Amino acid sequence: MKSLVTVFSAAAVTLASASFAFSARTDLVIGVVLEPPHLDPTASAAGAIDEILYANVFEGLTRIGPNGEVLPGLAESWEVTEDGKVYTFKLRQGVKYHDGSDFDAEDVKFSLDRARAADSVNAQKALFAAIDTVEAVDPQTVKVTLKQPQGSFLYNMGWGDAVIVAPESAEGNKEKPIGTGPFRFERWAKGASVTLAKNPDYWGDAVALDKAEFRFIPDAAAALPAILSGDVQAFPSFPAGDALAPIKADPRFSVVIGATEGETILAMNNAKAPFDNIKVRQAISHALDREEIILGATDGLGVPIGSHFSPANEAYEDLTGTYPHDVDKAKALLAEAGFADGFSATIKLPPPPYARISGEIITSQLAEIGIKLEIVPMEWAQWLEQVFTNKDFDLTIIAHTEPNDIDIYGREGYYFGYNNPEFKAVMAELDQSSDPAVRNELYRKAQRIIADDAVNGFLFQLPKIGVWDAKLTGLWENSPLQANDLTKVRWTD
Amino acid sequence: MIVYVTKRLVIGLVTLLLASVVVFGVLEILPGDPARIMLGMNAGPDALEALRQEMGLNQPAPVRFFQWLAGLVTGDLGRSYTYSSPVIDLVQERLVVSLPLALISLFLSTAIAIPVGVFAASRSGKLSDTLTMGTAQIGIALPNFWLALLLVYVFAVGLRVLPAGGFPGWADPVEAIKSLILPSISLALPQAAILARVTRSAMVETLGEDFIRTARAKGLPRRKVLWRHALRNAMIPVLTILGLQFSFLLAGTIIIENVFYLPGLGRLIFQAINQRDLIVVEGVVMLLVASLILINLAVDICYAIVDPRLRIGR
Repeated sequence: MKSLVTVFSAAAVTLASASFAFSARTDLVIGVVLEPPHLDPTASAAGAIDEILYANVFEGLTRIGPNGEVLPGLAESWEVTEDGKVYTFKLRQGVKYHDGSDFDAEDVKFSLDRARAADSVNAQKALFAAIDTVEAVDPQTVKVTLKQPQGSFLYNMGWGDAVIVAPESAEGNKEKPIGTGPFRFERWAKGASVTLAKNPDYWGDAVALDKAEFRFIPDAAAALPAILSGDVQAFPSFPAGDALAPIKADPRFSVVIGATEGETILAMNNAKAPFDNIKVRQAISHALDREEIILGATDGLGVPIGSHFSPANEAYEDLTGTYPHDVDKAKALLAEAGFADGFSATIKLPPPPYARISGEIITSQLAEIGIKLEIVPMEWAQWLEQVFTNKDFDLTIIAHTEPNDIDIYGREGYYFGYNNPEFKAVMAELDQSSDPAVRNELYRKAQRIIADDAVNGFLFQLPKIGVWDAKLTGLWENSPLQANDLTKVRWTD
Repeated sequence: MIVYVTKRLVIGLVTLLLASVVVFGVLEILPGDPARIMLGMNAGPDALEALRQEMGLNQPAPVRFFQWLAGLVTGDLGRSYTYSSPVIDLVQERLVVSLPLALISLFLSTAIAIPVGVFAASRSGKLSDTLTMGTAQIGIALPNFWLALLLVYVFAVGLRVLPAGGFPGWADPVEAIKSLILPSISLALPQAAILARVTRSAMVETLGEDFIRTARAKGLPRRKVLWRHALRNAMIPVLTILGLQFSFLLAGTIIIENVFYLPGLGRLIFQAINQRDLIVVEGVVMLLVASLILINLAVDICYAIVDPRLRIGR
């Protein structure tokens, strides 16, 4: 009997020490709201694809860091000619795709040429529009010649839509993505989850996680119990901002509020009366009470904006004071515009809660100056067709989540119908310059023009609500692009 | 009997054909461009056009309808726009979740409802009858998604004995069954409440008939009269409701599968509608229509089994 006890205690000691030595977990379940339609980031705008694969499975020539900075990716360094038109990228050595094939300059040429080809289905084809030729000088060197200098070129090459794929596997990436990243794709249980596993042959620093599962949890009401029960250990973009209280109160979890690139705007149809009248737009801007909207729609977490630009960007200028909340001034402006008694219009709202809630608050705020809004809730597909494509709308609310996208205000035929040659000139100048100081000054000028013109009602920067186990580190606080870069994520224990 | 079944089958086929026209027509007038939804707000017209070409959306609607119909007849449901895999594969992957879910729920609701209904009918008018039927009334009023969240908070967040959602796959049958327990209870309870009430009223009516009194008078024990004579005769309305409930269960899975993020048919169709993956919506809806027709046929045959008069009558 005694010997049995000894054996048991010896076993117990062994077990305890073994579990001590390997105590840090190496697996992670991450909750995401949307399931990607497929897994090829170069063939869809779906942010859900980048949320899983960007920096984890696929890499580009450059990569975007946690604060939106451009970092070396598959290109370890680059040189730019004096005129800003020729980029020579020096590629990393010893990089292999997950199927074992080698990465070299030909793959870069293939990827960039494929993205800009006539039959390309790349959702961000404009990123590649400036490219004239791509030349593989030798296996480790790529020379990209631009038609004209483009200041944002290195940034563009860091987008998820510009990742480097191999000619042998590109066609199959939708189902079985093959990249060069620190994780390789393992399994996609459709409707349920995507699982990634550590890539033992990665060229760079090895990742701490052995396995990462992205689980799709579409229902905001289901997100809270998923986290609380421990089924899911991280929800980098938590969908239920109004349900944070029980998580904040629980020491097991960290709640991290960061910034996104999502400028949330009350878009106005500038091409349609009465919104073509700047006085009407100014009146609406004065009538908006941002604080109230932010409190209602984001639980006070959104950051107010006065133009279409992210406060996280170094070229940001605070223009929230351009049209302060002032009901009397709004009424006066409306009267000047010939609408002393106000008017009626519709506001079409896409499904996200931020849009629906802001819409209701704005409807009551505009009612104070005599503008009677009829709320028309819409499904996403309907919104894209009626509002975005056919421009059949008066007002709408939407967050523009693409990074650095102020250029949409200079785009021909864009849905809010703004047309200002002065703004277009600034954009053209911006395209020609690569000096950061000059570019920042131009960005500031652009912000001021659209703020003064009250093109849209500028509401707030959509917050990124990150919720995860307090023992996890390395997840991004901000989201300069829709991605969950897991390369630095580890369990501390 | 054979004539009866054949007649039902022909009616079923005609219904199926009509359904295909309606389903295709309705989805055709639904606003939204699948290519735009896939490529998003920044895509240019040339990329959109290239994708439409790739998905075969450039052809006129009638051409696409007949191609689709021809495919249906040969068992080919087409390829999903978004997943770019055959619709039939998607459906098969999802059925391994939805079918067990619906069957377990159906079993649960029947297993609860019929004894409760018979019990209440046998105590008709007494306090225990009022109490059980009052509880059933509450059960009917409970929305299943609310019940689902309640169960999740009790069993997943509080007690931590069952997962809050998700489905690990059948590779591990124990975990798979565990993940289906809460969803099937949420689906079954409101259905059981309805079924119990129907069973009770059918039983009360039957119990008042002459042949029951005769059976009791000739000395049959109460229990035997209740279960053998009365229940069998009360089955027709119960079967009708059961048949209808199966279709409700299939529809209910759309909501419940979203709450529990289960990769079932309900989620598939919900996602497909949002992404305007019309070919998937069409395929799944046609399959649902076909299965409902089959269930109704099965119910009709069950009528004939429980009520021999129907076998000769038609």
